[in-house]
Amino acid sequence: MGNKILIADDEQNIVISLEFLMKREGFEVSIAVDGEEAVDRIRSEKPDLVLLDVMMPKKSGFEVCQEVKADPDLAAVKILMLTAKGRDTEVAKGLALGADAYMTKPFSTKELVEKVRSMLAEG
Amino acid sequence: MISAPLVIAVSFAYLLVLFAMAYFGDRRAEQGRSIIANSWTYALSMAVYCTAWTYFGSVGRAASDGVWFLPIYLGPTLALALSWLIILKMIRIAKAYRITSIADFIASRYGKSHLLGGLVTIITVIGIIPYIAIQLKAIATGYALLTHDSVDGFRAVHETHWFQDSTLYVALILAVFTILFGARHLDATERHEGMVAAIAFESVVKLVAFLAVGVFVTYGIYNGFGDIFSRIQAHPEYARLLSFEGASTAGYGGWFGMVLLAMFAVIFLPRQFQVTVVENVNEEHLRRAAWLFPLYLLLINIFVLPIAFGGLMHFGVGSVDPDTFVLSLPLSHGMEALALFVFVGGLSAATGMVIVETIAVSTMICNDLVMPWLLRSKRFSRSAHPDLSGLLLVIRRGAILIVVLLGYLYFRLAGEAYALVAIGLMSFAAVAQFAPAMLGGMYWRGGTREGALAGLLAGFGVWVYTLMLPSFAKSGWLDPAFLEHGLFGIELLKPEALFGLQGLDNISHALFWSLAANIGCYVFVSLMRAPSALEASQATLFVDVFKREGATATTLWRGSAEVRDLQQLVARFLGQGKTVRLFREYARQRGYAGINSIPADAGLVHFAETQLAGAIGSASARVMVASVAQEEPLGLDEVMNILDEASQVRAYSHQLEEKSRQLEAATEELRAANEQLKELDRLKDDIMSSVTHELRTPLTAIRALSEMMFEDPEIDLVERKRFLGIIVSETERLTRLVNQVLDLAKIESGHAEWHNTDIDMRELVEHAIDSTRQLFSDCGAELVVSLPEQAPKLLADRDRLHQVLLNLLSNAAKFVPKEGGHVRVELVSDDREVRVEVEDNGPGIAPQFLPYVFEKFRQGGDQRDRPQGTGLGLPISRQIIEHFGGRMWVESPPGRGACFAFALPLNKMRSDSADAEQ
Repeated sequence: MGNKILIADDEQNIVISLEFLMKREGFEVSIAVDGEEAVDRIRSEKPDLVLLDVMMPKKSGFEVCQEVKADPDLAAVKILMLTAKGRDTEVAKGLALGADAYMTKPFSTKELVEKVRSMLAEG
Repeated sequence: MISAPLVIAVSFAYLLVLFAMAYFGDRRAEQGRSIIANSWTYALSMAVYCTAWTYFGSVGRAASDGVWFLPIYLGPTLALALSWLIILKMIRIAKAYRITSIADFIASRYGKSHLLGGLVTIITVIGIIPYIAIQLKAIATGYALLTHDSVDGFRAVHETHWFQDSTLYVALILAVFTILFGARHLDATERHEGMVAAIAFESVVKLVAFLAVGVFVTYGIYNGFGDIFSRIQAHPEYARLLSFEGASTAGYGGWFGMVLLAMFAVIFLPRQFQVTVVENVNEEHLRRAAWLFPLYLLLINIFVLPIAFGGLMHFGVGSVDPDTFVLSLPLSHGMEALALFVFVGGLSAATGMVIVETIAVSTMICNDLVMPWLLRSKRFSRSAHPDLSGLLLVIRRGAILIVVLLGYLYFRLAGEAYALVAIGLMSFAAVAQFAPAMLGGMYWRGGTREGALAGLLAGFGVWVYTLMLPSFAKSGWLDPAFLEHGLFGIELLKPEALFGLQGLDNISHALFWSLAANIGCYVFVSLMRAPSALEASQATLFVDVFKREGATATTLWRGSAEVRDLQQLVARFLGQGKTVRLFREYARQRGYAGINSIPADAGLVHFAETQLAGAIGSASARVMVASVAQEEPLGLDEVMNILDEASQVRAYSHQLEEKSRQLEAATEELRAANEQLKELDRLKDDIMSSVTHELRTPLTAIRALSEMMFEDPEIDLVERKRFLGIIVSETERLTRLVNQVLDLAKIESGHAEWHNTDIDMRELVEHAIDSTRQLFSDCGAELVVSLPEQAPKLLADRDRLHQVLLNLLSNAAKFVPKEGGHVRVELVSDDREVRVEVEDNGPGIAPQFLPYVFEKFRQGGDQRDRPQGTGLGLPISRQIIEHFGGRMWVESPPGRGACFAFALPLNKMRSDSADAEQ
């Protein structure tokens, strides 16, 4: 496999579980704990996919998403947004800003993994 | 002595000046630049009240009765003070319905009755003609005095042949003047600007002349007021003049009677009605006239007593008629020019009165006596006389000439008789008879035509019996026996002591009985039957003139008419050209294209009738309009219904307005409440959203980790243990969160339970520190505690305060740096409050976040360590402190960490928290 995945979330325990899950599935994992760090890592590491939390300090997931999608160099980076706010407007907003997919927390690990795999297969 | 040609020349020159004034006034009025459209001219024209009778007679009366000349002036002052109540309403009514005389007013009010109008006119003529005569006599007397050697030689004037009598020529000139400026053309409003200008000018002349002679007597002959009054006191025979009781036997009743009489006179005298009501340009002018006219009266009276006393001391009693003091005093001191000027002043007073009175009376004679008679006679059918406006003018002019000549005739016949001398107050008493019908008509809906007729007849009858006949008897024209012994020898019928009423002067006596009879008959007869439809509608129009503004007038007429017929009818009386102008103006105001497109509705009929009313009187106008319009008579019930409807509609619309105002207010309140609810709803949504987020976050970790461990038994034990640890702590976090959300909801909704006890703050702080000591040693922070020896006790919930302290301490422990952490806890108290501070040396709070620190789900600091916090600790703490009347705050100077503190009041809490305990 060898696909690179960036996990961007400020909740330590969620990061721990996601990291474990993604590594177990054989992905190369790096971590960012706030929006700014996420953008920096995306630019420097150019991951294949970002698991992006919406509510993060410094920069929200929406801002990160917008920035990434506005940059042609980062066109290949897929974004899967994760949010604890389940409102329809949040989903619509995320997709409008160019997120490739959207999942609400708490998610099923099986579904998340399937989603990640199918997204990577598309591109 | 002054040469007769000089006096005549000066008099005629003066009359020429008057002509010029009037001509100027009329010219300016035609150009639309009125010179009388101001309150000064208006007030001055009211001063036509001061006639030659008072100009000369006030001094005469003061010389015989002391201060008793005053009521004649106090009455008008009072009447003007009440002008907003009576005069304003009269003006409004007269303007709305084109009423041009008192007779027309009364006739119109009681169902447009010809009979009433005629009766009022006859009373006026009988009461007023002698009054005109007295003016002519004043001129004649003054003239004789000026041109004869001896001051008492003027009596000879009556022995001259009438065609040698210059008074006749004066009368004729006045008639010509009056015709020129009072009846030159027909006007629907009967306003005479030129005449008013001349009258106002005359008022100035007579005031200046009277002041001039006053100043001469007071300061020229004597040394001022003080001098005259102290000298008169030296004459015992005049001492009685200086006291109220001594001067007259009439007493306060008589005084009151005189004031009342003068009040009525200034409102109901035909000339006063003419200048005050008919000639009024603008109702606003009344406001200033209400004090300006009384001021005029005050000025013209200042010198009355000095002149009277001066004359008495100079001539003694009996040698010279005190009425002539104003002339004879300057003459006897050789001041002939002044005497001539004073004569001109008297001439002003006389001519002013004659002119205005004649115009007013001639309008009545024409509209209320001649026109009804003409309209009834067959000879004046429509076809025979297409244009009656010329005839109308001839009648007016003829009436003026006849009134003036009748006045002259009376003057010649009566001569020096008592009947002439006493006529001033008698005239007042005659017009006072109009008061019940006028005032009742303006304020009482119940008055009827018969009531007004009965009242007027009764009052006038009593007036004839108690004043006019006695005056004839005293003049020697009647056998005075009935004066002494009563009619048919019945003592009770003695005209000057009717039914044994004694102790009043004859005027007050007559006023009392005539008004009693008048009011009694008016009210009693009016109450005998309900008002007819026409009376009821007119009553409403008059009584409610301020509320209805003519709108009702048109609703009270039903029928059909042709525009052409109406126009022809109006043209017959007002002339073709003028009528076309009036109708065009009407069309323009209502927004119609021209005369032909005016609908022949009730509004137009009302308009035509109003225009005619100005020219021929309201009663005749109604008859004429009825002749061309097919009127459907309205029954009393219908009129009452319309009036009721109108007043109901008014009341209803008033209620509606009130309701709509209330509705608006209610809507505004609702809108505000709705805004508040929306805001609350938005806040609730935010909280829900935040709570959901806070619940989902730990659940995410729990679910992910447990799913992975469930699916993958291969995970090694160390990982498993770590994951289970996370799951446990996230579960604890969830529990804490749920508890705190519920806790906060309880506190906020006021359902929290508070178990208040006496608390020793020092002990409580120590306890909290003990509970968290482990926390601080874990993070390696140094804890500095500063407690007083003794802290005051306070009444509060121990567990809640403990919760607050734990929250602050654990927060501090959370944020201290890993190395060199330092937390200071301090308890301070004074006599008002207990304060606790918890300060750390952590990263502090950025200034932009300070305002939000106590809001829900706002968490600060490094997010990596956050599972501990729920974002509700501080909000709950603050709610608790505020519940006990305290306050909680945070300070965070940049780079110095954060210091959270709260303060609890000592006294307040004891009383307040006791209530809150339940």
